[in-house]
Amino acid sequence: MMNSIIVLGVILILAILYLIFRVGSLVTVAKGDTGSKVESGNGTHAVLFVVFMIVSLVGFFWYSYVNFDNYTLPIASEHGKVTDKLFWITMGVTVVAFTIISIVMFIFIYKYRYDENRRAAFYPDNHYLELTWTIIPGIVLAVLVFTGLRAWNDITSPPSKNAEVIELIGQQFAWTARYPGKDKELGNVNFKLIDATNEFGLDLTDAKTHDDFKSLELHIPVNKEVLLKIRAKDVLHSVYLPHFRVKMDAVPGMPTHFKFTATKTTQEMRDELGNQAFNYEMACTEICGQGHFSMRFPVVVDTEEDYERWKLSQDSWLKSNPDYVKDVPAGLRESAMIKAGIPVIQEVKQATAVGSN
Amino acid sequence: MATTVHTHHEVHHDTHADEHEHHEGNFWTNYIFSQDHKVIAKQFLITGIFWALLGGILSVIFRLQLGFPEASLEWLRPVLGGWITPDGKLNQEFYLALVTMHGTIMVFFVLTAGLSGTFSNFLIPLQIGARDMASGFLNMLSYWFFFTSSVIMFISLFISTGPAGGGWTIYPPLSALPQAISGSGLGMTMWLVAMALFIVSSLLGGINYITTIINMRTRGMSFTKMPLTIWAFFFTAIIGLLSFPVLFAAALLLIFDRSFGTSFYLSDIYIQGQALAHEGGSAILFQHLFWFLGHPEVYIVLLPALGISSEIIATNSRKPIFGYKAMIGSMLFIAILSFIVWAHHMFVTGMNPFLGSIFMLLTLIIAVPSAVKIFNYVTTLWRGNIRFTPGMLFSIGLVSFFLTGGITGIFLGNSAIDIQLHDTYFVVAHFHLVMGSASFFGMMAGVYHWFPKMFGRMMDHRLGVIHFWITFVGVYMVFFPMHYIGIAGFPRRYYSFTNFAFSSGFTDLNMLVSVAAILTLAAQFIFLFNFFYSMFRGKLAPANPWNSNTLEWTTPRNPQHGNWPGEIPAVYRWPYDYSKPGAKEDFIPQNVPFSETPESNLPHENDQIKLEGSGNSGSIVIGPKH
Repeated sequence: MMNSIIVLGVILILAILYLIFRVGSLVTVAKGDTGSKVESGNGTHAVLFVVFMIVSLVGFFWYSYVNFDNYTLPIASEHGKVTDKLFWITMGVTVVAFTIISIVMFIFIYKYRYDENRRAAFYPDNHYLELTWTIIPGIVLAVLVFTGLRAWNDITSPPSKNAEVIELIGQQFAWTARYPGKDKELGNVNFKLIDATNEFGLDLTDAKTHDDFKSLELHIPVNKEVLLKIRAKDVLHSVYLPHFRVKMDAVPGMPTHFKFTATKTTQEMRDELGNQAFNYEMACTEICGQGHFSMRFPVVVDTEEDYERWKLSQDSWLKSNPDYVKDVPAGLRESAMIKAGIPVIQEVKQATAVGSN
Repeated sequence: MATTVHTHHEVHHDTHADEHEHHEGNFWTNYIFSQDHKVIAKQFLITGIFWALLGGILSVIFRLQLGFPEASLEWLRPVLGGWITPDGKLNQEFYLALVTMHGTIMVFFVLTAGLSGTFSNFLIPLQIGARDMASGFLNMLSYWFFFTSSVIMFISLFISTGPAGGGWTIYPPLSALPQAISGSGLGMTMWLVAMALFIVSSLLGGINYITTIINMRTRGMSFTKMPLTIWAFFFTAIIGLLSFPVLFAAALLLIFDRSFGTSFYLSDIYIQGQALAHEGGSAILFQHLFWFLGHPEVYIVLLPALGISSEIIATNSRKPIFGYKAMIGSMLFIAILSFIVWAHHMFVTGMNPFLGSIFMLLTLIIAVPSAVKIFNYVTTLWRGNIRFTPGMLFSIGLVSFFLTGGITGIFLGNSAIDIQLHDTYFVVAHFHLVMGSASFFGMMAGVYHWFPKMFGRMMDHRLGVIHFWITFVGVYMVFFPMHYIGIAGFPRRYYSFTNFAFSSGFTDLNMLVSVAAILTLAAQFIFLFNFFYSMFRGKLAPANPWNSNTLEWTTPRNPQHGNWPGEIPAVYRWPYDYSKPGAKEDFIPQNVPFSETPESNLPHENDQIKLEGSGNSGSIVIGPKH
């Protein structure tokens, strides 16, 4: 019932609109040709363009000013300060250019609207003018390019030797992190070794894997360079840490990396924002399937001491999955157990069990 | 002597053409399998309008999800069926399919085929003074390849696993693995087949455009007397010819990876409990190949629109386009640079950062010719006598979008700034304004401006201006707020933003964008009505309704096959003699010899008069051949 009323209403409105259109057309025909070279109401568009310009420019500046804190994210990394500064310098330059060109264009549109008593100027070119507005944007862009290049080179320069190495792995539709453990070196992995438990594909013949541990939160220390080693298991993903201005794709078969230094712990950021519920977050920014929008990974920035304490509190992957000790070559087992923090008694029992099979 | 031979040829040809006109074909040869460039142009236009409407509707569906995430979409079930979940929400994979198909349709089927296909076909022979394209048959094939491609792409919307869903850029491995997303099954296969046919269509068209422009210009139509539209179509066709084959190769390798177990793009993949056998491929390779087409594609879409608006702005400002040669030069420069900036789409893909620096440098250089174009448009308006026809309004809209959207390219081209902005709504805002809306407005401007020549009738002026104002304001309301959302870091292709604290705000702006998108789409129905109504009931058009200079306006109201009933007019002057001092009218068409306008000739033009008598104005002349 309701639907048919809506349909009828729509038909009625369309019919009325059509009638108005027909009446209007007929009136124009009846009035006859005015002899003017432009349609009536030509000047109205000139006025409308100026109104549009004023309203939209005022709206733009007003909204940008009032909502500044809503659309800018606080910065929590060293290089973020640099890239944000570049962003705002570029914003300044372009907004000035944009505003001037817009105003000039819409003023011209208004001022030079059709007037049958006037004739347009025959002004086909002016080389000085054209040269000027080729060279000036050229110079401005060159400045922007070189400041940008310097920042880019710094950001992508090789990490320092003592950077804190952490591996991030993307898969549909979750992230995991792997920490190198006490030896500070990530062990080898191989995608063919991946199974439901060994989700990293740890190659346990490599002794460096034995103390690696898994985390479902990204913990990083403040004021210390962090090197994220990034890979993906299935399709492309992209590591995105909005507050740290970090973004790097995760590519199956091609490990990538990004280095940065966090400048504010989670607690410091909470205090600064006056929001004790605040948490840093990591998201995915490369389309990866239906759960793309939900790959949230919590991020915690600790003080150096808290970070070390947290690391010590984590069990190695091998300790959490002692069944896999059998995959460690016999010669390495004892050192693996020690490195992984597994009580040797348990291991001996297992070894016996494995041997008797 | 060469001239004599030439004239003979021409006379012979004209007789032939006259015979041709009396020889009326049937419905099938006139309207369906026609080889007349004007009919083919209309076929491209109407197919393009169909696709534009569909692409627009798809975008409104996903805008409903983004603007009103709580709303029930149960009422769409009769149309979308199983893609509406039992609790009345849009299926998440289908959301991605909508985004993918919206992009594919708009970029390729509307703004490439619909824009270039329509206006290159329609205007090239008419504006250079040729009876038809170099090969009418290839031209017809070009449309029918496009049509077949369209049918396949359209059918893919209705299959049970859904159309392609990996984004319009179809990055593997997602697009290669049906187990990763259901759209990568049959939907992706159909996408690839449709695109392969599309590329064939595009190449056939492009070869024809280039050949026609080089070989079939009328007497006196030297390259420096060609309207900017023709220059734009010329560069566009060359860019397309050089870049589309690369996409074809990329697609072919993807087909191999998908169906024949090769590993061009795939390596080290463990998915759904299984390690795949692929090893040694590079996912980044695909991105390089894709963007080697993808970035020139931006200019394939944009240049024709810029050419069209140059022509319309000059005509309706009653002024020569400012800096004709600079306009050609900047288009040439853009065309060349468009091939060496592709990797700015890939700054954070793990590509070597040194490559990033090079591509950043090249990318920002391309802003210079773009800026020159904007300044030249503005100067063309200066001291003009502006008539606001719907075509002119849409051209002004184009310049405004090109400015607003182009300027944000300076942020994104800077790799250091791009780290944060990459794949956020800032990018969405940028390319929708600079490439999407600007090109769409160019297309609309072209339709309003050349409709009288296409169908012999005028479109309704008032409906045209209403259509313009709603669309112009609507487009800004849709895309301007996205800059804020992007600066706030919202990633694109997200089904919902509520999973993250940092993207939980701006529900108001997202709602505004969605409402504006619905209104803008609704306004397009005004255009549709105007278009089809005027085709049959519009006011009869005079032969030259806008008092324009170019050759197409010297044809009769309804040009038949062969375009000019008698001899093809010769060209004596450039196309922008508007408001020339001393001239009686404020325009002098290209086919008016200098000998007839002594009152307005510039000194060097008086020297040209001597050359006019010989029927050869001193430039390279190659007569039309059949």
